[in-house]
Amino acid sequence: MPLLLQGVSVRHGQAFALSDVSLTIEQGQQIALIGPSGAGKTTLLHTMACALRPGLGELTAFGLLPWSLSHAQRHKLRARFFLAPQTPPLPPRQRVVTAVLAGCLPQWSLTRALLSLFRPVEPDLAWEALSRFNLQDKLYARVDRLSGGERQRCGLARLLVSKALVFLVDEPLSALDPVLSLQTLSVLQQEAHERGATLICSLHQVELARCHFPRLIGLRCGQLVFDARSSEVTDQMIADLYRHEPAPAASLEVLQ
Amino acid sequence: MNRLPLPALKYCSSGMLVRIQHPDPAWYPRLFGILTLLIVLWPMLVYSEFKPWILFEAQSLAASWHFLASFAPPAHSGEFLHLLLVATWQTVAVATAGLTLALLGAIPLTLLAAESLSVSQIETGRMRLAGRLVRQAARWLLILLRSVPELVWALLFVRIVGLGPTAGVLAIALTYSGMLGKVYAEILDSSESQSTQVLLKNGASRLAALFYGSLPEAAPELISYTTYRWECAIRGSVVMGFVGAGGLGQRMDESLKMLAGSEVASMLIIFVLLVGAADRVSTLLRSRLD
Repeated sequence: MPLLLQGVSVRHGQAFALSDVSLTIEQGQQIALIGPSGAGKTTLLHTMACALRPGLGELTAFGLLPWSLSHAQRHKLRARFFLAPQTPPLPPRQRVVTAVLAGCLPQWSLTRALLSLFRPVEPDLAWEALSRFNLQDKLYARVDRLSGGERQRCGLARLLVSKALVFLVDEPLSALDPVLSLQTLSVLQQEAHERGATLICSLHQVELARCHFPRLIGLRCGQLVFDARSSEVTDQMIADLYRHEPAPAASLEVLQ
Repeated sequence: MNRLPLPALKYCSSGMLVRIQHPDPAWYPRLFGILTLLIVLWPMLVYSEFKPWILFEAQSLAASWHFLASFAPPAHSGEFLHLLLVATWQTVAVATAGLTLALLGAIPLTLLAAESLSVSQIETGRMRLAGRLVRQAARWLLILLRSVPELVWALLFVRIVGLGPTAGVLAIALTYSGMLGKVYAEILDSSESQSTQVLLKNGASRLAALFYGSLPEAAPELISYTTYRWECAIRGSVVMGFVGAGGLGQRMDESLKMLAGSEVASMLIIFVLLVGAADRVSTLLRSRLD
């Protein structure tokens, strides 16, 4: 079941964050989303997760039109996506085990969710997810005791306990050193592969994206610049994608 | 040229007057807001007949002194202290029972009134019509509940259920559910909502998102506000005692009518202790969170 975007445009206020983006993504593909800051990568990921309604165009997910479904059906569909934001928004006073198990909330009943606040119902599940990122020691630590990199991986451990079939991950490596980046990326790719899940990852590490992802999508100013196999993406295409406009110099005018 | 003539000008380090290239667009609205506030406040002072100097006229001073002098020493006979203890306990019990009942009403209304738990708000930046209507209805109900002062509710309930603490409990429950619901909803809306929103975006139900996202973020504010309201409920139940709802207030009413300053003094000491205790409870609970 492919994820299909047809002429999708999204507006934030007056400006277009995405304009006329069309994509076909087969289930199980692994794709890196690259482009300069403010290109619309996050907006695209949120749109694919059915979290943002496109102003124009159509999104098809799992053979359904999410925005033609009822409110409740659409919300149910969201459980099949896992959207991992760049800065994992984990409540600082929460314990890691609770923060990770929050990934199970879509499939838990409310009673189970409330019980788990008093006594975690599946601590082993959380432990296993954390151990994939070498964080198993932090199971019962509080989130505000974690470093930035640990917090980021804790947010990704939540992805592992979810039952999602599409992983939409926004810059998962922004707080990690090069070695941890590689390890983390390989955990994500392995999990997606085993589950048959689609992995779409926005990345600023272009070289990593070119080496590890078979397909690259380049975004700039909300527009699709290229959508190609990694082997077909040239250095020139990358240079054009990240080309910067010169910034105007600031000045103070002295009055008479 | 030793004053700032225009807001968009400032002195640079060499003492020359320069035009700020990027003036704060919020500056003029802010200035206007402050001026409006001052213009509005002045007639209020006039209309409220705010004349503090009356306090210091010789006649008022003599009357106050006479009353205050009778305060020392505070009444401390065994019988009176026992009476005081029972009345204090009744006051605390009325406040606690009233607040607990108020919570039962306030929590569901909070969930309806809070905007941060709206899924449609995330999707399109606007809430659905149905959601907006429910929220507005919840807000109106909260306004209705808290707009009638607890003293008025108490007078009403004293007529219905008769003299005694029950009237006080019901009065506190009604007014405070309105106050708690409003402020809880505002605390939830103004606290960090990212974690709640991400849970919602990933398909969690609204209540689950509340318990896993909003509550851990807002817990200290919610606890501090609730214990503060408990403190207010204690004072409220004292005031309602004056209209026959039992407790310390009723005793104080009797003592005031008999001009027994020493008894009033003992009761005031009890008030200070109660408020101090509420403060300790709040600090203790919040320190447990860190």
